Amino acid sequence: MEAIQADTAQRRSDAPAIDSALLRELVAYLRQERAALREEWASRITDAHLLGVMAPDEIFSETMAVYDTYVDALETGSVEALQAYARDLSERIIPRGVETHEVLGIVLLLRDVLARSLFVRYESDPALLARVLDSYEPAANRIAVTVGVSFVDERERVIREQQAAIRELSTPVLQVRDGLLILPIIGGLDTGRARQLTEQLLASVQALRAKVVVIDITGVATIDLTVANHLVQTIKATRLMGATAIITGLSSEIAQTLVDFGVDVSMIRSVGDLQGGLEYAERLLEHTVPLDDDEASLAG
Amino acid sequence: MSVPILRRGELLIATIQSALSDRGILELRDELVARVGQFRSRGIVIDVTALDVVDSFVARSLRTIALTARLRGAETVIVGIQPEVAIALVQLQLDLQPLRTALDLDEALQLLRRRTAKRNGDRG
Repeated sequence: MEAIQADTAQRRSDAPAIDSALLRELVAYLRQERAALREEWASRITDAHLLGVMAPDEIFSETMAVYDTYVDALETGSVEALQAYARDLSERIIPRGVETHEVLGIVLLLRDVLARSLFVRYESDPALLARVLDSYEPAANRIAVTVGVSFVDERERVIREQQAAIRELSTPVLQVRDGLLILPIIGGLDTGRARQLTEQLLASVQALRAKVVVIDITGVATIDLTVANHLVQTIKATRLMGATAIITGLSSEIAQTLVDFGVDVSMIRSVGDLQGGLEYAERLLEHTVPLDDDEASLAG
Repeated sequence: MSVPILRRGELLIATIQSALSDRGILELRDELVARVGQFRSRGIVIDVTALDVVDSFVARSLRTIALTARLRGAETVIVGIQPEVAIALVQLQLDLQPLRTALDLDEALQLLRRRTAKRNGDRG
């Protein structure tokens, strides 16, 4: 008892030194018990039905690597190697559909398996066990946070990349003939994409000297008020650039939405489908119908 | 500084070369409306290619010019509105419907020629 009190006093005076000595011992123990503990961990993963998308031997080799990296991180207190490994691992498993809760789950399982083994080993000496846990727990928590954050970061990076790729792909401005552009819009429209679309369209009008632009929204399922207004603004801005915009492929839902929202539809030139829109555009370009229909509003 | 106004046949062409003060745009308005009568012009082209920014006062004044000149018998076409300016103007939510626009001077001249021809045709 006295020894422990003396120990506690000493620990207060230079805690890090003792902790690191303890940690070293702990790490040596975890290395020594590696095979059994890793086995235990892998079976807990399977029992919890985590990583269902991975084959058992894959889980085996990943757990092996994770275990070693984990213990290394405990030893050095540096999470950088672990971070790099977690990022690399995430990169491999995200495309296969591994979820965030699974990754957090397996890291916490490892933390529990190791903690449990420490309990067993230091059972006979509660005071020492407390000290061991004091040095183990903060390090283990830090590792769990690092792995979780790395995984989520990686996921977000992948999502951002995919969003950028979709944006690139989904707003082509095509020139059909002199003065005539088509802008087929496919997929959902949000404010960001609508703005990007407007900028791209106006830049193309200027660069390609377009007089008529056919905006085809057959591939758009729904739009909200903000985007609807943005579409109207795009049409108005196109007109200010000296070109005429024609909308084609308005679904009945979207038409209904525009009217329900009270969007100013009077200035939208709309034709049922893309074919009709192109025919109308040709007539506009040949001046058989007036390019500007604002005579009436001007007079009024 | 004042905006030079060129006369070419039945047309008046005003090229705005740098950002205009409120006073400057009002002077342009008065000058254009006066000359429409003086030269019996049928069309006005105002070139704003050089403007990176068009504020609401300038936009409203351009609209006033178009409406006033129309009452005096001339069509107004604004040319060279930059993409950013177009977006900004639309966001100001002004009624710019009376403003006729074209991509550049060439297009504006074609547009006015067509409209004049149509009007003469209507008369005949």
